[in-house]
Amino acid sequence: MQFTPDDVAKIAKLARLSLPDEKLAAFAGQFNDILGYMEELGQADTAGVEPLYSPVENASALREDVVRKDFDRAEILANAPRTDGTFFIVPKIV
Amino acid sequence: MSDLTSLTLTRLRDELAAGRTTAAQAVDACLDRIAATEPRLSALLAVPADEARAQAQALDAAGPDPKQPLWGVPLAIKDVICTKNLRTTCGSRILENFVPPYDAFVIKKLREAGAVIVAKANMDEFAMGSSTENSAFAPTRNPWDTERVPGGSSGGSAAAVAARQAFGALGTDTGGSIRQPASFCGCVGLKPTYGRVSRFGCVAYGSSLDQIGPLARTVGDCAAILQAIAGHDPADSTSADRPVSDYQAAIQSRTDLGGLRIGLPAEYWGEGLDPEVEAACRGAIAAAEKLGATPVPVALPHTRYAVATYYIVAMAEASSNLARFDGVRYGFRDTEAQELIDMYVASRSKGFGDEVQRRIMLGTYVLSAGYYDAYFRKAAQVRRLIRQDFLTAFASCDVIAGPASPVPAWKLGSLTADPLQMYLMDIFTISLNLAGLPGLCLPAGLGRDSGLPVGLQLFGPAFSEDLLLSVAAQLESALPGLGEPRGLA
Repeated sequence: MQFTPDDVAKIAKLARLSLPDEKLAAFAGQFNDILGYMEELGQADTAGVEPLYSPVENASALREDVVRKDFDRAEILANAPRTDGTFFIVPKIV
Repeated sequence: MSDLTSLTLTRLRDELAAGRTTAAQAVDACLDRIAATEPRLSALLAVPADEARAQAQALDAAGPDPKQPLWGVPLAIKDVICTKNLRTTCGSRILENFVPPYDAFVIKKLREAGAVIVAKANMDEFAMGSSTENSAFAPTRNPWDTERVPGGSSGGSAAAVAARQAFGALGTDTGGSIRQPASFCGCVGLKPTYGRVSRFGCVAYGSSLDQIGPLARTVGDCAAILQAIAGHDPADSTSADRPVSDYQAAIQSRTDLGGLRIGLPAEYWGEGLDPEVEAACRGAIAAAEKLGATPVPVALPHTRYAVATYYIVAMAEASSNLARFDGVRYGFRDTEAQELIDMYVASRSKGFGDEVQRRIMLGTYVLSAGYYDAYFRKAAQVRRLIRQDFLTAFASCDVIAGPASPVPAWKLGSLTADPLQMYLMDIFTISLNLAGLPGLCLPAGLGRDSGLPVGLQLFGPAFSEDLLLSVAAQLESALPGLGEPRGLA
């Protein structure tokens, strides 16, 4: 497909981004180049090939389900843009 | 000696252990060198001088500890690796003020080994890039020619090591981000087998590809750092629960390359290779032959799909991993937005740079309904074929060798307008990450025309770091050294 700036804006929305018009236009051209190049993959014969999603294919390591305290609340809240000392504070949701 | 920083890491370690110099002197030597070179390089994002001096004084007060193999050794850490109470930015505005409340596994291991962190190293934002020009703070410059890039994304780590700002560094390698900057800056870089080094506390980019590894000025120095950071970590479910080899012993056990079969993949030695890169790398292969190695032709036929496969996988994983940056728990928040979703959008749009936004969006696209099978699943299938190529090749050779990059370091700004052209430069490094295998890049020589460093890569089977280090050490001693970086003269 040929990407238009509108298409890029739709993807941006899915990714929780909002871009100015000039960037939408620039990205549209670059996306066409990049995804056009990726179409080469269509030539690879992958019939019957299992996808490989990770070099470690059995990574479901289990551990004991025990309670641990690694951090104090204050340490975790220290990097937050806004807190009330107990919770993360965000703008209203609805 | 006039300048401690001229010593290799292993030599410094011995001097420190013998009490012939102090941790404070080693740290001060690095800080002096940083002061002298950093204005021309922008290799570093933070220099915690007071903390480093205090740590060195504490070490000196206690005296050398034979149980701490990096006792008093100053190192630089790529700024994607979390350091407790020390800002970790990932080269991004969105994490400009992020101070981790914990140390990454590798940092914990380095501290236990007695190492001192003298700097956090510059990088492409979230490790996305091949030139360190995508740093939100400043592009790093190559110590061999400050008009040129140091490679990326661990360009700050490589430049710092080459410029002797630190005795070694940690980088991360998702698609070549340790090996390619090592090549461009003339140092040694090792990407371990996926799972050899814990990723706990390394800010994730492509989780199935990322691996932390050392950059240093010699093969032995890399071995010393890897020895300290390798090992099982229950906090990383992909971390390998298997013994760590004695890398120094592996290096010492080899006196030549007799019997070693070096696979030369046609796909890495043909079309598109800069002539001076080819000449330097062929020179290194000739040196290996003199040491008794036998070159054998091998094929990695799916190499032609590697760039497309890699970028689909990496961008998909990036879009998922970077969803966590939402301005709630850490990082930059846009305070003008009145509603939650608007706050997410504004924070991410202002906090992330162009390349990060590009990769998040392309990753979002290839994972979206209707395109998943054509892109992401297809790439994962080709990924298995790429890995199979390596397994097949290793049936007829012990290691594989090829250039780390088709060209030497390019000029700043020359590829930034065309992202695809920059991606294509990764052709020789990315397959290894898709396969999860280890690779080492060492200096092959200087380009005959450019005078810039050229790196040769060695690939090995899973968990063959000991083999790669021992082979590389032989080559290193047979090849003429590169000398001092010319851009700092």
